[in-house]
Amino acid sequence: MLLREVEYAKPASVADALSLLAGNDGARALAGGQTLINVMKARAASPDVLVDLNGLDDLKGIELAGDGTLTIGAMTTYTELIESAEAKARPILAEVVGTIADVQVRNRGTVGGNVCANDPTNHLPPLMTAIGARFHIVGAGGDRDVSAEEFFLGVYMTAVGPGELLTKITIPAGKGDGFAAITLGVDGTCICNAAASMNGSLRVVLGCVDAVPVLLEPASADEDAVRDAVRAAGIDPPSDVHASAEYRLHLAEVLAVRAARQAEGRT
Amino acid sequence: MSSHFVTVTINGVEYEREVEARKLLIHFVRDDLDLTGSHIGCDTGNCGACSMIVDGTLVKSCMMLAVQADGATIETVEGLADGDQLSPLQQSFSEHHALQCGYCTPGMLMSATALLRENPSPSEDEIRKALQGNICRCTGYWNIFEAVKAVAK
Repeated sequence: MLLREVEYAKPASVADALSLLAGNDGARALAGGQTLINVMKARAASPDVLVDLNGLDDLKGIELAGDGTLTIGAMTTYTELIESAEAKARPILAEVVGTIADVQVRNRGTVGGNVCANDPTNHLPPLMTAIGARFHIVGAGGDRDVSAEEFFLGVYMTAVGPGELLTKITIPAGKGDGFAAITLGVDGTCICNAAASMNGSLRVVLGCVDAVPVLLEPASADEDAVRDAVRAAGIDPPSDVHASAEYRLHLAEVLAVRAARQAEGRT
Repeated sequence: MSSHFVTVTINGVEYEREVEARKLLIHFVRDDLDLTGSHIGCDTGNCGACSMIVDGTLVKSCMMLAVQADGATIETVEGLADGDQLSPLQQSFSEHHALQCGYCTPGMLMSATALLRENPSPSEDEIRKALQGNICRCTGYWNIFEAVKAVAK
């Protein structure tokens, strides 16, 4: 497919990337490209300038602090996360990322790209919300850290504004995590998913049912409590060729129960 | 128009060309360099017919710009055989009837090559997982798995 004409820049530093992004309204950051290049083919996105982040080592890598906090660079690929010794501190990360698409996509797709795309069917927005991730955003206006609840704003929209970049994600220590999904074929696109984390109180987060991940805080991981929490959320999931709204709502309950059970079992 | 000089080494041969930024790697390799072994199946990142190994990493070349490959060492299906001598994996595909129309085969071979390089003794599950990004509409996959298994150590 021939893309619309586009300029290309490969900055050598985060500062250069920010000035390129800020200097042109039509500029867009190119991470792994496993979403963006395809939506450009479909003309669903038509940036004037692609700012390729692939040369920026500052945005790569995974660090594990003494207190168990994980810091994941935004340009860390799924494969790098799966193979990371540090990331094993929070096993759910590699488990979930290992079910995204296929080897080729995991080799180029990035953690930052997944969350910044914020496709409602993506795996990481609900997971990152459940495990209490924080997102580090830099730009001309200064640096800031935001919670997942503040980061995911709408379909394809996040707190990363024009001229800004997500540089890293920090994840607190914990192990009582769960994830469940019904997908289009093994490791395919999610029809509905749910993430859960029980490190202290229980957080259950639904994906694919609203514009942003839906955070629930059931009183316990008991099936009835989790089902009640899903029902009380009053979600109105979309219908599409893969699932009716009614079926998605049913899946949301079932998957929330499975994810919560898995999380509880690992505490 | 945004053009860039790109130097790539493909199957040991260095190429230098001017490319538009919007050109996908698969189009650059097929149309500009006339290496038509890698195929375009879906052009949406699903089918894997365009799979190549770029700097040691298996990728779908329809989801990467040619300009992003500047300086890269690339392996495509044309590089597997040594003259008329098929690679063991290619020979095994032939012996196990692992292809019918052959359209997916370049991608299957590159994915299986990448797998065997990283894991010379894959289990059946590991073979299936490694070929998940490659779609075949003819064979039902069975003979492809058999062909890969036969060369696994």
